[in-house]
This record gives sequence, C-alpha cells and structure tokens, in this order.
Amino acid sequence: MVNYVIRRVLYMALVLVLVSMIAFLIIQLPPGDYLTVYRANQQALGRDVDEAELAAMGKLYGLDKPVYVQYAVWVWRISRGNLGWSFNLKEKVGTLIADRLPFTVLLSLSSLVFAYVIAIPIGIYSATHQYSIADFSFTFMGFVGLATPNFLLALIFMLLFNRWFGWSIGGLFSPEFVDAPWSWARVLDLIKHMPIPVLVIGTAGTGYLVRVMRGSLLDELARQYVITARAKGVEEHTLLYKYPVRLSINPIVSTVGWALAGIVSGETITAIVLGLETTGPLLFRALLAQDMYLAGSITMLLTFMVVIGTFISDMLLVLIDPRIRYEAMAG
Amino acid sequence: MSEIAAPGAGQAPRPAGPAGPVPHAVEDDRYFVASQWQLMWRKFTRHKLAIAGGAVLAVFYVFAMFSEFFATHDILKHSSEFVFMRPQKIRFGDENGWGLRPFVYDVQKVVDRKAFRRVYVEDPETRNYIRFFVHGDPYKLWGIWEADLRLAGVEEGAFYLFGTDKLGRDLYSRIVYASRISLSIGLVGVFLSFVLGCTMGGISGYYGGKPDMIIQRGIEILISLPTIPLWMALSAALPTHWGTLKTYFAITIILSMFGWAGLARVVRGKLLELRQQDFVTAARVAGRGEGKIVALHLLPSFMSYLIVSLTLAVPYMILGETALSFLGLGLRPPVVSWGTLLKDAQNVHAVLLHPWLLIPGIFVVVAVLAFNFLGDGLRDAADPYK
Repeated sequence: MVNYVIRRVLYMALVLVLVSMIAFLIIQLPPGDYLTVYRANQQALGRDVDEAELAAMGKLYGLDKPVYVQYAVWVWRISRGNLGWSFNLKEKVGTLIADRLPFTVLLSLSSLVFAYVIAIPIGIYSATHQYSIADFSFTFMGFVGLATPNFLLALIFMLLFNRWFGWSIGGLFSPEFVDAPWSWARVLDLIKHMPIPVLVIGTAGTGYLVRVMRGSLLDELARQYVITARAKGVEEHTLLYKYPVRLSINPIVSTVGWALAGIVSGETITAIVLGLETTGPLLFRALLAQDMYLAGSITMLLTFMVVIGTFISDMLLVLIDPRIRYEAMAG
Repeated sequence: MSEIAAPGAGQAPRPAGPAGPVPHAVEDDRYFVASQWQLMWRKFTRHKLAIAGGAVLAVFYVFAMFSEFFATHDILKHSSEFVFMRPQKIRFGDENGWGLRPFVYDVQKVVDRKAFRRVYVEDPETRNYIRFFVHGDPYKLWGIWEADLRLAGVEEGAFYLFGTDKLGRDLYSRIVYASRISLSIGLVGVFLSFVLGCTMGGISGYYGGKPDMIIQRGIEILISLPTIPLWMALSAALPTHWGTLKTYFAITIILSMFGWAGLARVVRGKLLELRQQDFVTAARVAGRGEGKIVALHLLPSFMSYLIVSLTLAVPYMILGETALSFLGLGLRPPVVSWGTLLKDAQNVHAVLLHPWLLIPGIFVVVAVLAFNFLGDGLRDAADPYK
C-alpha cells in the first residue's frame, strides 16, 4: 500500500516535470524572446526603450544562456513563487492567476459533481428501462450533448435566457459585486451566477458518463449472479443496488481524471464566451497579446490541477475498491 | 474508452441465449456460409441510426466536394445592399395561390428613421421563382475547370437562404464552402493520428515489456491533459505570417498530437490479445519477419476495430478545429471553416440581433452526431459473432 502511494507520487512528479517542460516550450515558441517582443511593442506605442533596463531584464531571466539553463532558471524562480511578469497587464503573473484560479477550481469541481450526480441516476434508469422511450430520449440527448461544442451551448443559453427572461447571464458577479470585498451578499450573488456555467460545462461530460454507466450496468445485469439472485426471489430494488450498480459505477469513477480534464477544457472555453472571471479569459487574452509568461503559467497550472486531481481520485479509489488495493500490493 | 462505452440507441436487441445469435431456420445456411464482411454488413444495416448517419455524411461530403456547384453565390461576393439580412423563407404558396414551384418574396431595404436601422421588408406581391441549374457567379471547379453552373438561383432580387453576414455575404454559400475545410481537417487529422496510433500501439502491444510500460504511461498522461488550453497555447504560438496551407497542416498536427492516444490503446489491447494466437506462432515458426507479422497477419485481423476508432476520432478533430477557429486562434479569414464562420457570433449582441449567425453551429452538431452514430453502428458490426 505504502509502496503504491510512493510509486504514484513519483509518477505524478514526473508528469508535473513533463508538463512544466511543455509550458516552457509554449513560452519559448513564438519567434524571438520576449525582450524583442517587448521592445517592438514599446516602439509601436511610440515610447522610448531603455536599453539598460532591457539588458538588466535579459540578465535577470538568463536570456543569454542556453535553453536548458533558461529552463532551470525558470523552474527555480517558480519554486520560489515567482511565475514571471505579465508585460501586457503590468502585473505579477502569480498575482493575476491567484485572483482567478480559485474560481476556476470552484467552477470545475461544481461541474464535475453536477455531471456525476446527473449521469449516474440517468444511466441506471436507462439501463433498467432499456429501449423505453425515456431511454431513447436520454441516449439521444446524450449524443447531442456530446456533439455540441461548449461555446455553442453557452451562446445558445445566453440567447434563450435573454429572449425568454431578459436576463444577461455573463460573468460570475453582478456589476456591483465585481470588485467588492467578500460578504454574504457577494457569495449569494456568486451562487446565483453559477448554475448556467455549470450546466454548460457539465453537459458534455454528462452525456459521456451516461453512456458509459448505461453500458456497464447493462453488461452487469446480464451476468449469471444477477439471474441467480432474481431466481431466488431477491427483491428487484435490493438486487439492483446491492451489486450491479456498485460494480458498474467503477469504470466512471476510475476515469474521473479524464472527466476532470474534459471539464477544465470546457471551463476554459465556456468562461471565454460567458466572460467569467476565471483563468480562461485571462489565458485567451494573454495568447492574443503574445504575453507568453502569463499564458504558459496558466496552461501549466490548469494541467497541474488536472494531474493532482487525478492523483487524489486514484488515492480515493484505492480506499473504495479493494481489488485495486490487492493489485497494488502484489505489484 | 471504447470498450466500456454503451451501445447506441436503435441497436437490435441482444441475442437471448449465451450461445450467440440464433438465426431463423430458413436463413441458417446463408448465415453459416456468409463471409465475415458479409456478416458485418448485415449487422450494420440493422442499425438504422448508423445508416442515417452514413447517409447524412455522404450528402455532406458530396456538398464539400462540389461546393462551387451547390453554393448559390460566390464565397467572397458581398453586397452593400443586403447586410445582416435575415434568412429568406422558401415558399410554395400563399393566399394568392399555391404551386409546385418554390419561390421567395422580393426583399426591399428600408431604413427605419426612428431607430436608424436597416430593415428588410418582404414584398408579397413580387414572387422570385427559384430556378435550378442556373448560370450564376463564375467559378473554377477545383481550380481547374471554369464554369458558372449553380444548383439554384433566382433571376432577379435577393436569394439568401440563411441570410447574410456583416459584409452582405451569403451565409448559405459560405457554409457550403466551409464544409470543405471543416470536414477534411477531420480526415487529415485522423490520418495522422492513425499513423501515430498504429506505430505506438503496435510497438507497445507487440513487444510488451519496457517499451509498453513507457508508451502506456505516455498515453495516460496525454489522455489526462486538458486539451483546449494546450491547443490554444500551441496554435497561438504559430507564426501569423504563415500561409493558409501551412497553418492548416500545423493545426491538424496540433490536434492529432493529442488525438492518437485513444487509438493506440485500441491497437495495443487487440495486439496483446492476438499475439498469443496460434496463427501468429505459426507465422513466426515459418520464418516471417516481425514487421511483416504485424503488418500482414495482425493488422488485418483487427482492421474493423481500427475503422471504428477512426470514425469516432473524426468528430473530436472537427470539434477541436471549430473551437480553435471560433476563438480566432485556429484558421484565420479569408479561410472559411464552420469555426471561422462562428467567430462572427462570438459577440453576444451580434447573436441577439442576428441569431442566424449561429446556423453554422447546427452543421457542426449534425456532422459530429452523424459520425458518432456511424461509428456506433460500425462498432456493433465490427464483431459480428457476438
């Protein structure tokens, strides 16, 4: 058990290193280093460029050194809590992200919970009422949900809510609360703004989870032990929830990492369309402005979030499912 | 992913007994002498939604191939007269009488003096009959043949089936042209994923051991990464001065870089299952080279599963391209794809005033649905003995 956890932690550390390399690659990808970009931007704005300041910056970031040294310098700075400087927003990258990341986490987790809470009962109902009208409609809705891009769904919701109720549903806060300090009223306002983003982000995930849940429960229901139990007169309700449901939930719980990845992806693009105060729009604007330190850091942190989330869910799964525990001990 | 996913709707009920399908007595002989592909075809044709999906895709791809013919206008032709005009209704009749010939009302631009807005008013008195196989805006089919034959058109007046955009360009024609990029990017991307997936999955499943361990961990990492932020970052890093073609291929490479993982899992799983079979041992004993065993003996035996995974991977590519282009990070105008068309709808106010700008989205959804239904039907058919 302890062995398994240690191995899992080492593996996660390796993934995090790989992800940081990808993020560094993203920062390095645009032609020229950021000093040239900075200089060009300043000149385009008609401002004087202080060459001495530029040279100092170049030295600070080790731009005259080879790439791997630059990477090492970058990682060292991150480990000290310094993510770099956003040239576009004139702010520390760390501060910018810290302002918004909590909302991303909140929205992603809410959507994840929403997707599972909706998907599991529907999947059970669909499987126990196979080929009924409700089953067909759920299956069809699931397909449509999977086929509709998140941003389109967000746009359609905005359109409909505006048409029907005259609401504007952008943002996570009403205008008067955006910059207000935390208070009960602000929390309530946030809660009021949550349902639509959660619905939009969760839908695609729900469609997929329902499909998997229905399929694995159907497989489970066709097994001999179920037939035997039924023949012995076990009550339908007990029969269903005692084993088949618990067993068929496993595949969707064990892939919670994939679901989380999908939801963070969806959150990013939904937030851009709905104008939510999360990391999505910040990343988008940073990319458009080629503000690469900010963009690379956000990409990295979002990926970290998914990797760590997967790790936590794996650990929980070991506690829930004894079979994995035994495998881990044997391995 | 695919091995645990549910079978789709409309599938024939499972056979009752554990012994597999029990065909009718009359069909008996034909069932047992049918080849594997015949059995697959038989099972596939029972899946009504898959047939429907296949038919829709066939129509879409024909439209994409001959988009110049099916479009009613030239893709770039703009009209200052009809800007942001709502879609016209095709009618077969009104209170003045009904007929078999479809027509549209003539449309006039009126400026609303109070709101300072253009308003387009239909004139029920003037009917513009739609004519088929007309001579319209000239074009060069596939850049080779000059022609001006269009499927439909009107002699006079406006003919905008899905309305017009901010420059007065016909949205219907632009959607037809855009299908060329949107539908082909899926195929090109899937081809790249196919090559990557088969190579990696092949090495992993056939050799096992260390290479398998490394590749499996790599795949797990890839599957658990949030794709959209990474796609966004990578495609934003593409130089803006690159030409259309270069950007197009760069985007497909970015999309398939994350897309091959699922395919590699399928290939690996099947290879692990097959490599212990007698016919593989026989081939090895007979002195076949390793590469040839994989390519000539193993690949054909799970070809059907590969086709299924490929079909299900296409929509993933289409959705990826649409999302990137919608944000303006993928393909850029003047290239038209469904995603770049939807970019006009990025602004909420634009959507509120001109909801028809969302029409390209319907095509994305329908194409993706069709691919999913087709893939589902193929999956059921891939193992006809089950």
